[in-house]
Amino acid sequence: MPPDIEAIAEQVFAALADPTRRAILAALASGGPATATDLAVDLPITRQAIAKHLALLAEVGLVTAEPGERRRVRYRLRSAPMQVAQQFLAALARDWDSALGALTNHLDRGA
Amino acid sequence: MAFPDRIERTVELAHPPAKVWAALTTAEGLGAWFGNEATIDLRPGGAARMRWNEEGFTAEMRVERVEEPTVFGFTWPISGLPEDDPRRTYVEFTLEPAGAGTRLTVVESGFAQLPEDAHRKAYDGNTEGWAKELGELAAYLDAA
Repeated sequence: MPPDIEAIAEQVFAALADPTRRAILAALASGGPATATDLAVDLPITRQAIAKHLALLAEVGLVTAEPGERRRVRYRLRSAPMQVAQQFLAALARDWDSALGALTNHLDRGA
Repeated sequence: MAFPDRIERTVELAHPPAKVWAALTTAEGLGAWFGNEATIDLRPGGAARMRWNEEGFTAEMRVERVEEPTVFGFTWPISGLPEDDPRRTYVEFTLEPAGAGTRLTVVESGFAQLPEDAHRKAYDGNTEGWAKELGELAAYLDAA
């Protein structure tokens, strides 16, 4: 297993552990790219706090910064690291135990 | 936290391989224990589809290996990824006679597939670049 995949998944889960960062990501997912100022209008925290969280999210690669209007930086959601984490979750969610239990019952019923 | 690439399970079934094979490889069998409805074109490269009514979920599968009555393999999408994501996992059932019954092993592999190289390069470049520029960015935002 390449260690960078492991590292990406860990960073994503750490980033998502914070409710404010989840709210920021949810706002970007539903509303599209936004500046820290835009986000401060909709979220119950200061622009400074949002800027701090955005910096962390950018470090993890979950958002990218791009030039916005009036020389403001606009943030865009980036899904690539999320997809790496999703693969980890998919392995946990694939429930072969109950599927094989169902197969056993199916065969026993038909016997 | 270990990142699993494969899931492996073995179960002993009190039924002969021929019967287990039918449960794994026919629409009637798959629709009865695995999903709620199934269709299958049982040949390598053939299409299969399984529907789970309660979850409102459909899986498009591609049959890969058909060696009656010992090996049945297919690929299917990785749950949780976007619908158009090309990455898939490979599922292989192996049936071995065990007394009057069958030892059935299922292996699903491919969970640790790498994102495309381009993705990784972009990711690394992005991480490095922004680590450098973030101080400047934060200062700019605070002044704005």
